[in-house]
Amino acid sequence: MDRLPRWADVALVPLVSLLMAAIISALVLLSIGQSPVEAINVMVDGALGSAYGWGYTLYYTTSFIFTGLAVTMAFHAGLFNIGGEGQAQLGGLGVALVCLALPWPHWTVALVAATLGAALFGAAWAAIPAYLQAKRGSHIVITTIMFNYIASALLVYLLVDVLRPAGQMDPASARFPAGANLPSLNEIPGLNLIFTKGVPANVTLFIALAMAVVVWAILWQTRLGYQIRAFGKSEPAARYAGINPVFIIMVTMLMSGALAGMMSINNVMGEAERLLQNSSEGAGFIGIAVALMGRNHPFGVVLAALLFGFLYQGGAELGLWTSIPIEMRIVVQGLVILFTGALDMMVRMLLTRIFGLFRSQKLGAA
Amino acid sequence: MDYNTLLQILDSTLRLSTPLLLACLAGLFSERSGIFDIGLEGKMLAAAMASGAVAFLTGSVWLGLFAGIGASLIFAAIHGLASITFRGNQLISGVALNFLASGITVLIAQALFRQGGRTPPLTGDARFHPVTLPLAETLRDVPILGPLYYEVISGHSLLVYTALLAVPLSWWVLNRTRFGLRLRAVGENPAAVDTAGVSVVGLRFAAVAITGVLCGLAGAYMATALQAGFGKDMTAGRGYIALAALIFAKWRPVAALWACLLFGFFQALALRPDVVQAVVQVKVPVPFLDALPYVLTVIVLAGFIGKAIPPRAGGEPYVKER
Repeated sequence: MDRLPRWADVALVPLVSLLMAAIISALVLLSIGQSPVEAINVMVDGALGSAYGWGYTLYYTTSFIFTGLAVTMAFHAGLFNIGGEGQAQLGGLGVALVCLALPWPHWTVALVAATLGAALFGAAWAAIPAYLQAKRGSHIVITTIMFNYIASALLVYLLVDVLRPAGQMDPASARFPAGANLPSLNEIPGLNLIFTKGVPANVTLFIALAMAVVVWAILWQTRLGYQIRAFGKSEPAARYAGINPVFIIMVTMLMSGALAGMMSINNVMGEAERLLQNSSEGAGFIGIAVALMGRNHPFGVVLAALLFGFLYQGGAELGLWTSIPIEMRIVVQGLVILFTGALDMMVRMLLTRIFGLFRSQKLGAA
Repeated sequence: MDYNTLLQILDSTLRLSTPLLLACLAGLFSERSGIFDIGLEGKMLAAAMASGAVAFLTGSVWLGLFAGIGASLIFAAIHGLASITFRGNQLISGVALNFLASGITVLIAQALFRQGGRTPPLTGDARFHPVTLPLAETLRDVPILGPLYYEVISGHSLLVYTALLAVPLSWWVLNRTRFGLRLRAVGENPAAVDTAGVSVVGLRFAAVAITGVLCGLAGAYMATALQAGFGKDMTAGRGYIALAALIFAKWRPVAALWACLLFGFFQALALRPDVVQAVVQVKVPVPFLDALPYVLTVIVLAGFIGKAIPPRAGGEPYVKER
């Protein structure tokens, strides 16, 4: 079979996959008697049509960059981390414990401490599945799924029985002190000229973008990154080259868990300002779609996170202004994962055939 | 705890174990053939919605059951297409189909009934009703065994007994038929099966189809017997618990029965925290009981209770030699 040119492999395959997911989504909308054109108008208008809409889109984007990077990191070592959701929830716990521990003098100090707390708790939640995979060969996909459920049960217990202040009805932690409030984009000098209304997107966005660069640097500019990628490509070859599999699995999963945990500074510290039940709201799972769509490259992850940020905000707008249920965005998410992740080969075969057709025509003309 | 409370808990254990058992056996066929399936959850959900909707619209639970199996088979076919025909990543395909099912069931239910993504409550012939087993009434007064037979074993819907019968049947198919032998072989060493002139693709699609039928039964049971109608995400992770039970049972049908009964027992206990507290004399938080099946599975996976070794060719697409 002919090979695809590199540009087609990098750009065309994901775009065609996305297009297929979009076509099926449109068919789904048609089949439930809704208009796809109206839907896309509402989505674009609500998510990208105003600075206010962008404020929400970028807020979701921030979370998805973190979880997408988490999945990407693990993927490069050949590990499929489905546990981003649980790791993010534990990260939220870390953020809450740090924020509630002290009357923080300034948000910058609080942010550094909370980021460390989030990363530490997220990494800790990934550590046990990582250890079991590295030492005992327990399949990381199953153990991380189990840890998602254990995390959610743990959080329910902690929020209902431990962290809930006396006299409060809803299962949530106390409000964080004022010193731990992160500035939203509308509170940052310069940006407040664009964002005039209060938006949830906050300074965490810049941390997310920085982490994308850091992940890129680790994976492609360091010895460790080389070892991770070598291990992911071929475990026996990496072993033969003297790379320690236990070390690689542990380090990669700890970094992956830390990234997933760090998303909680965006939603728990930046937006809710207290720890709520199910704080990550499925963002851990969206990381899978983001990583697949972004071709496991940090730059692609940022773009894909923006796309999913748009989908999420647009989907919420659909739920508000049309009779299309908000669950439509889960359908789109599933379709994107299906086409970019599982039916990848189908798209490739199709494109190779089309390219082959062009080539034979050229040969015929010559 | 008195005898009656025990009987009540065992009764709900059996009711709650049934969807787990059907889904677990479903996963068993797929995984023994070398196709990982973490999409059990999605297939159950699709089946629950389809059976709830069709049973309501036609008033016939049997048509609902067939619709449920049909919906589950469609999802199974997509999974087969992605993981067998196009040799895609089976785990990713399963994850994708779970999301797809979670969203699309609400969309369709909302479009059909406009009741916030649920199907209207089912009544009369649109539901499976409890079956009283022969002699249950007459034997009821026999001490100890009579109430056990009447309360726990008798008085369930037909699908509960179907699930229980599916256990020996699965064992027989897997271990005593030619099809079963080939199915197990294709999960261990597909190249050998191919060399013997048996179609790997055909066998795997057959296994995935069986998975579809069993998940269809599980989903239909959820919507038409355990509860009266479909609600958003009503399977609540049962597909994953079934997967956990499958590993716990080390991919064997009879052990799957015990594993599912155990996990069903935990679910039944989580519904009765008062009883748990009375027995252990300490207040046990409900979330702890909810988490127990998952914690147990991790312990099993860690190899502390015997080693769980999955089928050798599991998760790997088969590429025919040329």
